[in-house]
Amino acid sequence: MNELGRALLKAVELIATRDPEVVEITLRSLWIAGTSTTFASAICIPLSGLIQFHQFRGKRFLINLIQTFYSLPTVCVGLFVFVLISRAGPLGSLGLMFTPTAMIIGQTILITPILLGLTFAALTGIDVAIRESALSLGATRLQVIWTIIKEARFSVVAGVIMGFGRAVSEVGAAIMLGGNIKGFTRVLTTAISLETQKGELEFALALGIVLICVSLAVNMAMNLIQQRF
Amino acid sequence: MDMEIVDLYYRYGSQEILKGINLKIGQGEIFALVGPTGAGKTTLLRLIDLLDKPTAGTIKFAGKDSLASPRFKLKVRRKMSMVFQKPLLFNTTVYENVAYPLRVRGYKERDIANKVIQVLHLVSMDSYVKSHSRKLSGGETQRVALARAIVSEPEMLLLDEPTANLDPLSVDLIESLILRLSREQKTTVVMATHNMLQGQHLADRIGVLMKGELVQAGKSTEVFRAPENEEVAKFVGVENILKGVVISNDAGMTCIDVQGHTIEGISNCRVGEKVHVCIRAENITLSTAKHASSARNFLSGQVKLVAFSGPLVRVELACPFPLIAVVTKKSAEDMQLGIGKKVYASFKATALHIIG
Repeated sequence: MNELGRALLKAVELIATRDPEVVEITLRSLWIAGTSTTFASAICIPLSGLIQFHQFRGKRFLINLIQTFYSLPTVCVGLFVFVLISRAGPLGSLGLMFTPTAMIIGQTILITPILLGLTFAALTGIDVAIRESALSLGATRLQVIWTIIKEARFSVVAGVIMGFGRAVSEVGAAIMLGGNIKGFTRVLTTAISLETQKGELEFALALGIVLICVSLAVNMAMNLIQQRF
Repeated sequence: MDMEIVDLYYRYGSQEILKGINLKIGQGEIFALVGPTGAGKTTLLRLIDLLDKPTAGTIKFAGKDSLASPRFKLKVRRKMSMVFQKPLLFNTTVYENVAYPLRVRGYKERDIANKVIQVLHLVSMDSYVKSHSRKLSGGETQRVALARAIVSEPEMLLLDEPTANLDPLSVDLIESLILRLSREQKTTVVMATHNMLQGQHLADRIGVLMKGELVQAGKSTEVFRAPENEEVAKFVGVENILKGVVISNDAGMTCIDVQGHTIEGISNCRVGEKVHVCIRAENITLSTAKHASSARNFLSGQVKLVAFSGPLVRVELACPFPLIAVVTKKSAEDMQLGIGKKVYASFKATALHIIG
């Protein structure tokens, strides 16, 4: 068996025996991406409801702009937040550099355009008649927005899952803002990239398999949601 | 809740959809808006429901301008409900759909449950409480939509073609529910329909909307008996509309020349005036013998077409101008009506409605 095969085998073994470090890094990855997704959702879902409900000048432009940022390069987000929180930056005094908080800020910014855009598209897909029914049945403006979000819940959740998928698999912002500090900011993607460089192939492969499984699970969840409804 | 519409205009792009509508509807009244497709019925209902903004004019509820303040607008909106022509239910259970108006008004969960069950019973949908709204048939959807609209006990109910394309059972159920709400809860009902018969047997008053104008409004019997103009007459289904010229008028007793035949009716039209004579088919009596009749008008003619429909028979005559009469199946058989048969048509002067 060649070296690669052995490494693969070892990787499977690391996962099967639930190696404490693999588990720890995986959980941290899920936690950081999950927190970012939660923050981004809390911002984006109500915000896109407001954008969708109101007519204003430049609305079309705003939506185009949001869509442009779908593929925002992760390193650019990393750079932007880096400048913001570096000791000389405007938020430097908070001492956020190389902390999970910094990573969460970065990932939240990174997935905000996707979540905004996808939620907006989901809400736009809801028949105007739903909005008019709600109004006609005595709902206030905010109640109408909430009703539309509820009607679009499956597409909205699909968007949230997409956002999570992007957050959990990005490496640029995570490494620039987290710094891959062992036991503190080390997540799946940063660990994979650095372990590979160090030649620790078994460990990198184990983490890689876990990351692919996470991505698969995310996609399956999304397919399930879309098929069911 | 009573409502008054004053000089209402609605323009969409360059198109004038409603032109100068003035209308008063009292509390507990059932008012039917009738008119052909595209006349503006739905637009008018939407304006009343405060979904669209009129281009000009005001809609007053209980004497107050509906757009006086956002708060008053919400208050008015919460006192009325509209059921759209193709109602859309929320993507959830029947229960949640009907509970919605109570939820947005902040009712307690227990009161909601009681009320929802109660109204679902009214529309005979109790057994569907837990069903998903997207699995219902058209009639069921319409009934749930109606339940959802009345659960908050609105003072005014707006219905857009509430029974179009429904099965007869659903139609009966919805119609009797409308009557009941109006009688028992004094709910004001404004309904748009292109079904004249429905308008006639449900409504206290009818308004005929044509090309954005309210051409006639009045008691339903009145609109049917005395349509304002030829268009309304056609729309309310007057079978015989004859063109003629007044040749004499003696204290109301008017003689009209219709293609060389003199027809007598009652009107205050002047001599020489061009008029339309409306005669309802059911007011024309047919006979085979030229027996004496008290009817003023007596014409001989030939049967051109006999069409059976249920217990009635529609007979088209050439007198020589076309005339349509309706007789019972029994008398059609007694007279052995068939194409080419010679018959006499008679009708009273009072059966005529003359439009000047």
